[in-house]
Amino acid sequence: MNKTMEKISKMVNPPNPLRPGGIAVYYNFVLILFILTCKDVNAQRTYSHIALINATAHIGNGKVIENSLVVINKNKLEIVSSITGIRLNPSSYDTIIDLSGKHIYPGLINTDNILGLHDAEAVRATKDFAEVGNINPHIRALIAYNTDNIIVPTVKTNGILYTQVTPREGLISGSSSIMALEGWNWEDAVFKADDGIHLNFPKAIKRKFTEEEGLSVATNKNYTTEINYLYKFFADAQAYCLMPTPAEKNIRFEAMRGVFNGTANLYLHTEKAKDILSAINFAIKYAIKKPVIVGGKESYKITSVLKKNNIPVMLNRVNDLPDNADDDVDIVFRTPYLLQKDSILFCLELEGDMEAMQSRNLPFNAGAAAAYGLTKEQALASITYNAAKILGVDKELGTLEEGKLASLVVSEGDILDMKTNNIILAYIAGKKVNLINKQTELYLKYKTKYGIK
Amino acid sequence: MKRISSLIVVLSFLNFNFFGQSTFPTNGAPFNTHSIYAFVNATIYVDFETVIKKGTLLIQDGKVLNAAEKLEIPKNAIVYDLNGKFIYPSFIDLYSDYGMQEVKTFISGVGHRPVGTPQTESNVKGAYGWNQAIKADNEAVKIFISNKDKAEELKKTGFGVVLSCQKDGIVRGSGVLVNLGNKNENESIILDKAAGFYSFSKGTSAQEYPSSLTGSIALLRQTYYDALWYSQNKNKTEYNISLEGFNKIKDLPSIFEANDKYNALRAAKIGSEFNIKYIIKAGGNEYQRINDIQNTHLKYIVPLNFPIAYDVEDPFDAEAVSLADLKHWELAPTNPAAFEKNDIQFCLTSADLKDKGQFLTNLRKAVKYGLSEKMALKALTVNPAKFINEQDKMGALKKDFAANFFISNRSIFDNDASIMQNWVAGEPTVFSDINTPDIRGNYVLNTPDKNFKVKFSGDVNVPQAKITIDTTRKNLNYSFSNNLLAFSFSYDSTKAIRGTGNYNLENKFFEGKAQAANGEWFDFKLVFESTVDTATKAKPAEKKAELGKVIYPFNAYGEPLPEEQGLFKDQWNKFKNRYSAILIKNATVWTNSGDSVLEDHDVYIVEGKIVRIAKNIDAPKMAFAKIIDAKGKHLTPGIIDEHSHIALTAGVNEGTQASSAEVRMGDVLNPEDINIYRQLSGGVTTAQLLHGSANPIGGQSAIIKLRWGHTAEDLKYEKSDGFIKFALGENVKQSNWGDFNSTRFPQTRMGVEQVYNDYFTRAKEYHLQWQTFSKLNPKDIEKNKIVTPRRDLELDAMAEILNKKRFITCHSYVQSEINMLMHVADSFGFKVNTFTHILEGYKVADKMKAHGVSASTFSDWWAYKNEVVEAIPYNAAILTRMGVNTSMNSDDAEMARRLNQEAAKAIKYGGLTEAEALKLVTLNPAKMLHIDDKVGSIKVGKVADVVLWSDNPLSVYAIADKTIIDGQIYFDREEDAKLKQYIKTERARIIAKLLLEKQKGGKVEKLKSKHERLYHCNTLEGIDEELTGQR
Repeated sequence: MNKTMEKISKMVNPPNPLRPGGIAVYYNFVLILFILTCKDVNAQRTYSHIALINATAHIGNGKVIENSLVVINKNKLEIVSSITGIRLNPSSYDTIIDLSGKHIYPGLINTDNILGLHDAEAVRATKDFAEVGNINPHIRALIAYNTDNIIVPTVKTNGILYTQVTPREGLISGSSSIMALEGWNWEDAVFKADDGIHLNFPKAIKRKFTEEEGLSVATNKNYTTEINYLYKFFADAQAYCLMPTPAEKNIRFEAMRGVFNGTANLYLHTEKAKDILSAINFAIKYAIKKPVIVGGKESYKITSVLKKNNIPVMLNRVNDLPDNADDDVDIVFRTPYLLQKDSILFCLELEGDMEAMQSRNLPFNAGAAAAYGLTKEQALASITYNAAKILGVDKELGTLEEGKLASLVVSEGDILDMKTNNIILAYIAGKKVNLINKQTELYLKYKTKYGIK
Repeated sequence: MKRISSLIVVLSFLNFNFFGQSTFPTNGAPFNTHSIYAFVNATIYVDFETVIKKGTLLIQDGKVLNAAEKLEIPKNAIVYDLNGKFIYPSFIDLYSDYGMQEVKTFISGVGHRPVGTPQTESNVKGAYGWNQAIKADNEAVKIFISNKDKAEELKKTGFGVVLSCQKDGIVRGSGVLVNLGNKNENESIILDKAAGFYSFSKGTSAQEYPSSLTGSIALLRQTYYDALWYSQNKNKTEYNISLEGFNKIKDLPSIFEANDKYNALRAAKIGSEFNIKYIIKAGGNEYQRINDIQNTHLKYIVPLNFPIAYDVEDPFDAEAVSLADLKHWELAPTNPAAFEKNDIQFCLTSADLKDKGQFLTNLRKAVKYGLSEKMALKALTVNPAKFINEQDKMGALKKDFAANFFISNRSIFDNDASIMQNWVAGEPTVFSDINTPDIRGNYVLNTPDKNFKVKFSGDVNVPQAKITIDTTRKNLNYSFSNNLLAFSFSYDSTKAIRGTGNYNLENKFFEGKAQAANGEWFDFKLVFESTVDTATKAKPAEKKAELGKVIYPFNAYGEPLPEEQGLFKDQWNKFKNRYSAILIKNATVWTNSGDSVLEDHDVYIVEGKIVRIAKNIDAPKMAFAKIIDAKGKHLTPGIIDEHSHIALTAGVNEGTQASSAEVRMGDVLNPEDINIYRQLSGGVTTAQLLHGSANPIGGQSAIIKLRWGHTAEDLKYEKSDGFIKFALGENVKQSNWGDFNSTRFPQTRMGVEQVYNDYFTRAKEYHLQWQTFSKLNPKDIEKNKIVTPRRDLELDAMAEILNKKRFITCHSYVQSEINMLMHVADSFGFKVNTFTHILEGYKVADKMKAHGVSASTFSDWWAYKNEVVEAIPYNAAILTRMGVNTSMNSDDAEMARRLNQEAAKAIKYGGLTEAEALKLVTLNPAKMLHIDDKVGSIKVGKVADVVLWSDNPLSVYAIADKTIIDGQIYFDREEDAKLKQYIKTERARIIAKLLLEKQKGGKVEKLKSKHERLYHCNTLEGIDEELTGQR
């Protein structure tokens, strides 16, 4: 490494200011930060050809390259290979960054989440994820996605670069879109608009709470009504979509076209084995081209059926409790492994309590799966490559492969382990990501107040 | 003998004049009779253990004259020949609502509140007490109205006397003892105030307080103190109808509706505090903890409501039915037998059975499952009589006892037995004719068309009839009562014959009129031809039911005791304290002393204590020692969760008032919560169970060790300091509870401060009052008519805080209020112990350090409500760096099983060292809970609460392999695998039984399964917390 290169790499790749042992004095940091941010504004022009060298590259498809060379050219990955035997010509690059001892990963993909649709959960005015009505395929999440949302910046800093912004509630909640976590506005941030319709498949058994009996589960009294309602809607929608020019335009049915012609996924949100079987029947009945089971807590019980019908699963929280007292205590941790073992395509999602805020823990959910049977690379795939495949964006995202978008993150250590996850550098489509957020700013503010190192 | 009996007859005639007086005028001439009834040739149960075969029972004027093998029957006696029949003393039910008004339980809690503002005060007008659930002045005798239909229903199952009470409220007033006779209320009442009634359920009261079990318990406790104070200061203070009532029923036999094994233990504990021996109304699951039930030394009223079988045909649906439910279905019928086997005094009740007709069936089932017939009778006659001190008047058929008895066609324990007559106070209620002649035999029916063969056979009381048409035998529809036979049948596809006729007893034939197929009437005759075989076939002895074992705790991952013999206590000790010593070899030991992590060290545990930490410790030579090879593994102190809401029953919040300092979480522990086991699997050994955060002053905390399998009392951390939950911010000002909740004080942070100011001011004065009073000379108190101070459990707790005997854990988020509480504390001269959640602690870390308060925070939670938008994950690191004793807590059953990972986030966010991070969930919370002298680090002399991990404990890849508490292994991956297998095989075994039950045509119930509720700080009773989504 020559001297110029070293200098540049130090500037672009400062030790994390948020950790002790980083830059010692705050004003120093601010100064450099200032330079960085200033540079960053025109960085897109300045650094469009970047070589990341000597890191361990985790490709996302199971492969790992120690001592790698990853070259970003404009928005694409130009080279992903081992650096051994390669002599770089520094003049060909705007910058060469030495990442020895560090790890490069594809940007993590957060699926099935309301991230971007609310700020504080309890404050009604900030909520924008559940519309009135039971059948709302025409509802589109992306237009409510707020790029200035307060939570988004705290998610990026843990390595998540994309999110599938998803509406909630009702039988059909609407359509989701895939967003990059950088952008001036939603138009700017959208990566794939209206990628699929979300259907909350009726539950045969429901949890209920009564004063006399406490929390219990019982058969869902409205099950048949809900199921019939859905079947009727799909029959009508399918018939409508067969007509090239319908006599009367129906915006709900129009929104369903993609689901029938295979340009959009149908996300069947369902947890219990029996409900999943019903959902699969449903998908078969309407010849749905791209059904996806979302949630799938008991998907491990019916892997053979999923396999036979080639249906992928977006698996809900690895960090969750089992449903029943009798369940294996570690069943939820082990479910990813059980799906992997039976060759089911799956990714991880975090729908549920405080899901937007929890998005930043996506890598640690994958890490937990690795503690219970997955290899670390399989766990990584469950939040990168697999997610991209299920979302239908794997041509451009999900792995560090030449020709794909340069959306990647660099971590000081293993990204799946909270002990070592420390994102120091990230790019979305070749564009450097700002890793400062309100929380890091408050941290610095109070460290300064107290004079803590 | 003869002489004596005739003497009795004479004497009873001498008594003649005392009978039959009534205050009621009669419309027309009275019907009074004084007939003597003689029941002869019956098998008579004089009491549960004295049986006379072919005996005689004489009764007159509602009383027993005598019952013996041979008695002279007075000439004027009306004689019933009861050959082959049985007479039993009528049953007594001590837990009835017969003759009471229907009670519609008000469902409390915010989610169920009728539209409008919460009812904080009692809406009962008059000089009553403050809480509507204390209905001590209720007198069942005043509202008792007899009900013929209900009485008959009960009499048909053998009951003659019931103790009735309005089942409404926590204190329910007095019950009335009545017989189920046919006379009016005045003559049915035996004893106006036979017992006092208590429960944990507030019933119809729509008043907010109490909304939780812990609140109900506190209210009951306080009422005992109030009533005592009231009686001590009679006429010196207020007049209070409710307390007057309470003091009146206090000395009656006290019946407590527990309805559950743990509630029984809770009631027993309250009883022992006030020296009251409750008679506990059981729930049917007491066999699951029968040893602890026995140790209460109380009497029990046991129901016979066994669960009906679950429909388990769908294998997926069936998974919602838990092992505990399955096992309870299987073992519930053993409950009465368990009481008998353990020498617990008990009686049986028909309460809890919606269909009273099920009572005898279930009684027989209980006998089949091990209850002796003798004890069954005792539990229905002598015992209930004795429990309410009426054993000299009822429960047996002895001289001068009430003539309450029933006649059955065979032994009441026989499956085919039915009650024919039930006599109450000498008056019969007839269900079937005891004089029905035996018509069994082969007959020929003559009709103008053709003759048919008819056969009556089977049970003498209700024989089956068959008719032979050509060569086919069919059932013949018939009825026979009052000597009149009616029958009908059809033949040759279009023809039918119907007839009615009398029975000729002497010549054994029926004759009468019948209508033929063509509509013509004709005289028919049904002529006896030959006898049928009437000998009842000896039934093959029923196989004793093969039953599974009771598991401890009664939930998945509970274990059966290894052997059934021996004293329970010895067995239990052997079972739960298997190891006298454990030697953990070659572990990486995270000692928590400084930053010290010892590689390849051995830790030696003896009798629950850590005795040595060194390399190469020799293998112990004592019995019951275990050696664990921990090569490549990591040993840490057990994880301590400072903020938990697991293992609690029926409510975490008594948030109905601004203060609920009187409630104690320790009263409502649930040692069966599956989350105990789940958290053991995540290395948790100790947890502080806190009251919720619904009010500024919450309830008293319980510190528990996760001793899975033990009882509630044994979970409690021995001799820990007392703690109490306080709360600030949005929850206490009800910001996110919906628009109805805007009336309870306080609604702003300004009000919160004044709540504290008010309570501490009053507590100070209260304490002073008691101090002064205790120094007074008793004579002066008497002379000067000084009013005794009232013991106030709420102010007791507050005074304890002032006197540094109780310590505050305060739920808090925003810096302003954190600052405020520290000022309040300073002004009253105490320190806040811990701020929990404390998400803006980093903003006032310097002030916290100065105050000396600890901080227990979330690693990275935020954005769930407005007051947490400035929360940062660097909080723990800043606080630690500022020298504030800091921990990570869960407030969440799921997160608690990976608190080590939450601690590790402080390495990522803020750069703590690994050793520092581990302390966030071990030593630091131990300090907050004042238990760091015993736990929190691995040090010689400390209690052996340790966890063995598969990997660096701060790594996401670390899995707890063994969790050790008090030197005993409470969780072990290997054992866990065995338990999983046990669950699987037990489920399969019982499910096979259930399927068989369904095949046999038994009743099945659609699946329904109880789940433990997961509590958070803000969980309010009546609302599924999923709906509220805030903490």
